[in-house]
Order: sequence, then C-alpha cells, then structure tokens
Amino acid sequence: MNRETRFWTVMFLCGSLFLAYQSFGTNRGVGQQFVVRVDATTGKIIPPTTDAAAPAVKTVIYEPAAKDDPEAIWSFSRTAGIWIAALLTLCIFSYLYRDNVCYKLAESIIVGVSAGYWIVTNYWEVLIAKVLVKLAPDVARYAFLPDTPADAKADYLYVVPVVLGCMVFCRLIPKISWMGRWPLAFVVGTTAGLKLILFLNADFVRQVRSTVLPLVVFSASASGGSELDLIQSIKNIVIVISVLSCLTYFYFSVEHKGLVGRISRLGIWVLMISFGASFALTVMGRITLLTMRLQFLFDDWLGFVRI
Amino acid sequence: MSKTVPVLIASLVGCLMIVAYFSPPLLPARQIAEDWFTIVATIAMLLGGANLCLHHVKKISDQEAGWGFSAVTLLSFFITIAVGILKVGVVPESEQQVKFAWSGPFQQEGSGFWWIYQYLFSPIVSTMFALLAFYVASAAFRAFRAKNVEAILLLVTALIVLVGQTRDREITSMFLPPPAEGVPTFIPIAFVTNFIRETFVTAGQRAIMIGIALGVVATSLRILLGLDRSYLGGDE
Amino acid sequence: MTSRLLDKLNMLDRRWIFLAMAMAVLAPILLQIGSDETPSPPTIKLFDEIERLPEGSRILMAMDFDPTSAAELYPMALAFTRHCGVRRHKLFFVTIWPTGKPMIESTIKGVIQADFGSGDRPYVYGVDYVNLGYLAGDAVAISQMSSDIRKARPQDARGTNLDQLPIMTGVTSVKDMALIVNASAGFPGGKEWVQYAATPQNIPIAVGCTGVQSTQLFPYYPDQLLGLVTGIRGAIEYETMLAAKYPNPYADRSKRPAFLRGGAQRWAHRLMIGLIVLGNGIHLANRYRRTLHP
Repeated sequence: MNRETRFWTVMFLCGSLFLAYQSFGTNRGVGQQFVVRVDATTGKIIPPTTDAAAPAVKTVIYEPAAKDDPEAIWSFSRTAGIWIAALLTLCIFSYLYRDNVCYKLAESIIVGVSAGYWIVTNYWEVLIAKVLVKLAPDVARYAFLPDTPADAKADYLYVVPVVLGCMVFCRLIPKISWMGRWPLAFVVGTTAGLKLILFLNADFVRQVRSTVLPLVVFSASASGGSELDLIQSIKNIVIVISVLSCLTYFYFSVEHKGLVGRISRLGIWVLMISFGASFALTVMGRITLLTMRLQFLFDDWLGFVRI
Repeated sequence: MSKTVPVLIASLVGCLMIVAYFSPPLLPARQIAEDWFTIVATIAMLLGGANLCLHHVKKISDQEAGWGFSAVTLLSFFITIAVGILKVGVVPESEQQVKFAWSGPFQQEGSGFWWIYQYLFSPIVSTMFALLAFYVASAAFRAFRAKNVEAILLLVTALIVLVGQTRDREITSMFLPPPAEGVPTFIPIAFVTNFIRETFVTAGQRAIMIGIALGVVATSLRILLGLDRSYLGGDE
Repeated sequence: MTSRLLDKLNMLDRRWIFLAMAMAVLAPILLQIGSDETPSPPTIKLFDEIERLPEGSRILMAMDFDPTSAAELYPMALAFTRHCGVRRHKLFFVTIWPTGKPMIESTIKGVIQADFGSGDRPYVYGVDYVNLGYLAGDAVAISQMSSDIRKARPQDARGTNLDQLPIMTGVTSVKDMALIVNASAGFPGGKEWVQYAATPQNIPIAVGCTGVQSTQLFPYYPDQLLGLVTGIRGAIEYETMLAAKYPNPYADRSKRPAFLRGGAQRWAHRLMIGLIVLGNGIHLANRYRRTLHP
C-alpha cells in the first residue's frame, strides 16, 4: 500500500466514522427528511394513525415537513435521495483531485438521465398534450387529460407533422435516407424565416437606433435653464466611437492598414475591455453555483448550518 | 429530387413566416407552421435518443474500453424513461381525475420522476458547472498574464469589475475626503465599473450583436433562396 | 531564498488553489456571513415598475432556467414573485426550458403557497395565478405565445383547459400582459423574449439573468429592456429593496437566500483578485530573473 492509498484510506475511514457518529450519535442526524401525508383531492393533512377503522384515503401525496411537526413521519425515499445526491456531489468534486471511476460513474448516470428526462418531458408535453389531444381527443380525455373538452373534434391535419417528424428516422436506412432531409428542411426554413425578420428588427435596426446618440447632452439645471451634462456627453461619445471602431474591426473587405488599421485596433481594445467584464461576471456566476453546492452539503445533508 | 423538395419546403415555409409577419390575414397559416415546427422538432430529436442508444450498445457489444460506463448510461436512460412514462408513484390530484389512469402530473412531487430530477439530475449537473469555479481560479493564477496591451486591458477590467461586484468597492472611497451632509458617498470603483458597463461593454457587445444579426439575415436569405444547402448534408 | 520561493510558486500544484477556493467559499457559509448590496438603476427600474403597476396587473413570469443556474436565478425568482405577491398582481408562470418546470413548481410552493396561500385574501390557483408549464419549441414557442397562448398550449401544467380558468378570461396572447419578467439562464431566454415578443409587440420586459449572460443583454438596456437584474449581485440588490420596503417578513434572513450567498461571493472575489495579482507578480519576477540570467 503506497502513501497516497494509505492517506485516502484513512480519510475515508475518518469520514465514515464521522458520518456514523453524526447519524446515530446526534439528535440532528444526517440528511433526515420528514413529510406529512396530504389528501391530494382535499389538500388536508392526514394525521398518522394506527387505527384500522380510519377511512382509507385513495390519493395521498407527501409534503415536506419539519422534524418536530407532530404529524410528520420519516421519509425513506427522501432521506435516501439526499444521501445519494450528496454522494454524487462528492463523486463530481472528486474530479478536482484526479479523474477517477466515481466521477465517470456520475458522468455516465447524468448522460442517461438527461437524455431520458428530455424524452419523457417531450412525450407528455408534446406528443400527448399536443398531438394526441388533436388527433384523438377522446382517448386523451379518458386516459391522460380529463379536462380535454368533451366536444373537441379530431383534427387530422396534425397527421402531417407527425409523418414529417417520423421521416427523420429514414436517415437510419441508407436507401431512403434522403427522405430524412424533409423534416430538417421544414425546421430550418421556419427558423430562417422567423429569424430573418426578428434579428433584423431587434438586433440590427433597434441597435443602430440606440447608437445614434447626441454627442453633446444638455440637462435641466436647478435654476430652470439647461446645462451641459458632461458625464452623459462623454458616455455617448465613447459609445458611438467604440461601436464604430468595433464594426471597423469586423469589416474584413478592407485591409486593416493606416487609419482603418488604427481604428480597428481601437475596436480590439474595446472588445478586450468587454471580454474582461464578461470574465469577471462569469466568475461571479460560477462561484455562486459552488456556494449553492456547498450549502447543500453542509446544510441540507450534514446539517451544520441552521438559518 | 433528393434535394429539390427539401429546398422547396424550406423556401416556402420560410417565406410564409416572413410574409405572415407583415400580413395579418396569413397569421393562422403561420400559427399552424409554428405548431408543426414544435411537433416535427420534438419527433426529430428522438433520433438523438436513438443514436445515443446505438452508440452505447455498440460500445458494449464490442466490449470497448469503459463499456461498463456505457451500460450504466443505458440503464439510467431506460430507467428514467420507464419511470417517467409509466408515471411511477404519481397519484391523481382531483376527484375528477381519480377514475382515469395516468391522469396525475408526471412530475408530481414525491413521484419517481420527481425523485430522479431532484436527487440525480439536479445535484450532478449543478456540481459539474460548479467545478468551473475551481478551474477559473486556477486559470486566473496561471494564465491571466499581462503580456501585451490587449491582455492588460482584459486583466485590469476584470480586476475592476471583480472589485465592483461586491461591497469591497466601498474601500476605494476611504481615501477620499468625507462628503458634505446629505450628499451620497462617491465610490470611485463603483463609478468606473458602471462607466465600463454602460460604455465599453455595451458598445463591444452591440457591435458583436449587429455583426451576428447581419450574418443571420444573410444566412437566412441564402437558405430561403436555395443558395445555401449545407444543412442538407452531402449527396447520398 | 527568494529564488526558491519563486520556483515553488512556479511549480505550485493547482490543487492548493482548489483548496483555497473551497475554503474561501465554505468559511462564510459555516459562519453565516451574508452581504447586502446598494441597488443599481437597472434593478431599481424593475422594482419601481412592479410597485407602479396597479393591483391585479397581469405579469408573465418566464422562468427559463434549470439547476445549473438556479444558484443565481432561483433567489431572483423568489424575490420577483414575493414582490408581485405583495402587490397582488396576477401571475402567469411559464418556461421554455424542459428542465424549468420544477423551478416554477418550487417557486409557487415556496412563495405563493407559503406566503400568500392563506389569510384574508389567499392567492387562488386559476384566479390569481396559473402555471402554464413547459412550452416546447424553444424560441418558436415565444413567437406562438405572442400571437395566441392557446395555440402554444391549450392546457395549464395540471392539464386543465385554459378556458376553464377565470384568470385566462380576456387573455389571448402575451400582448395582454402588463409586464414580462424573465429569469434567464441562456438560450432560449431573455434575448429571445426581447427578439420574439417584447420588441416586435412593444411589451415591457425586464430580465433577471446570470452573470455569464448579462453582457449579451447590456445592449438592450434601457431601450428594449425596462430593467436588468444581473447575477447574484442583482438578486441581493432586489432582496435589499424588498427588505427595505416590506421589512415584515422580508427582512428576515430565512427569506433572503441571495443575501446568504453574498458573503461567500465577497471572499471568493478577494481570492480571485489575490490570485490574479500573485500570478502576475510571479510572471514579472520570472521576466526579471530571465533578464538577470539570460
């Protein structure tokens, strides 16, 4: 056993002993989750009872509750969930030390879960809530969506997008793979048509309009007249010059030499300042995310922090 | 034929979207096209799921290095789908729904699919992104060097904004004389951060935005006119 | 001596930096050090607009984020919803992210049901708020909503037909909203709401976004965006304003998740500044050493 293996064995042992003590030796426990039973149809809490004569409730849902709530019961699934979530969090963090099997395991799980999640969501939200409701409203009402209007009529026009969508699987059969281009063309055409107008309006015309600014700004003074607003004037001048210089840098039809070269260099500087700010703001976001994960480990799981 | 029909489809539907924008009577046609888009795009993306399965099944059957992880991926993929589609643990929420099978919301709190989201999906993806905080710190120490004018500008701006984003910025006002009564304290770094945001950052991003907008318009036009067919792939 | 220290720093294992970062974030969490913020004009504008709108105004709450950005945006979503709840606006929750639906449900549970679900005038589902759920189709879903919400989705997230909900009376599209409030983590999000709904239809919109996305949205403010709340700092600013205006109960720490993340933020920023300065100090020292011993 080398030094590194010894070190990690001791660390794991200490960690396990600590978790065992925290779980069984303290009142707080680790990741303990409690719930109350609620009648889904009435929204009323069902008190825990051992009385066999109590009326059975058909639809029970579980709501999170505090441990000291008299109606709270311990939840195995949620407690196990917190533990699994914590261990998976540690698996991912283990990558910081070195790539390892725990990290790869968590990574494999997330690839499968993400793809499955996407398929399930779209199955219920699009294929059932949009397609089945249109093609077979009675089936949808009976099996999935009871509030579908009773007088809803089937709209067989929706067979077209379903067939078009299914044609994408032709790509898996070499002989008819060309048919797989049709749905792609529909998606690309719709996006291109929409974007052409909306980008031109919001990101071109309106942005040009926002850049056409007065270079000398006067504002109302305390005496009722108007006075030069120096700071706003400087801001406007900087904006106009910066936008023009950046656009010059992006204009590749003219060689960047002489005056054009100098202006485009100014454009590069403006972009560098912009990227510097982006870097700082990105750092801010990532640190917040790390804070959230550590709050989960030390608050929700280990229970060290109680607000 | 293999490319003419898709080019025609793209042109027709694209032109419909444009014309309907200016012509309200065509709005119902545009709404139908948008509805179809959602359905076609959703079904088309199922191909992604099929490809994922094929890729990992091949890895397992060839017993490539790390095939065990492919098995884990496939297992978690199919378990998620089964739990979500069968609505494991979902209970109907209203009296009206009780008599119907599968009538409760698929992501109901306490259900199997909710559990997967809450305790598998959410912790893993958020921790993966949180890892970047560490790598950003390491990069700041090792690679963020003032080597030329551009790098200096990048670095100095990042430093100013990093200070300006927290209340540590108030330290910079300690070196100034105290303000007159009723006048708010002037914080130099807050002023500079704000100035950078309102001018250089806005201008730089605006230029990028204008450039992208022109690029999108040109590409869209080429697609609608049938000049750009790259999205259809090579000849088959 | 100095040369040996420089060699050590040059060879410093990055895992020490990782450890320093973990400590910088963890210590304020364990010591519960929070941080307040002075509100900035783009955040104040959104706050003032929600204050200014008359009671019962329709507000579309577009929650386009998932767990990867929930650290910044969930506290924001809570603060926006709390403010709208206090002002008794009618809320229409929606998301165009498939992973965003649980974020809406969590917000509704944490704010609407917890803070406004009881009392004299409780918020009633279908009357005062509705969860429209997930709309598939990315940006195209926004386009659909701006012409006809029912075309985008005929039922709410619970499967109830929209026509059966009193809150939907008189609502055909996003144009019927007094304001769009969007919590945006990327694509599709704030940029698409501006492009596909707010700018062409002239609907007031304010975006709360992640720090990463904020620079992309700066050019829209103030002409196309009414307000812009940026990252965790923006969330703290909003919580600060809410606490100042409605101290009972929003000055309470338990109602201020962003405030509690502010302390860790401050210390981690200090570490980052220190690392950049130290890294450049090493770089200059190396250059000096190379000039001495070429």
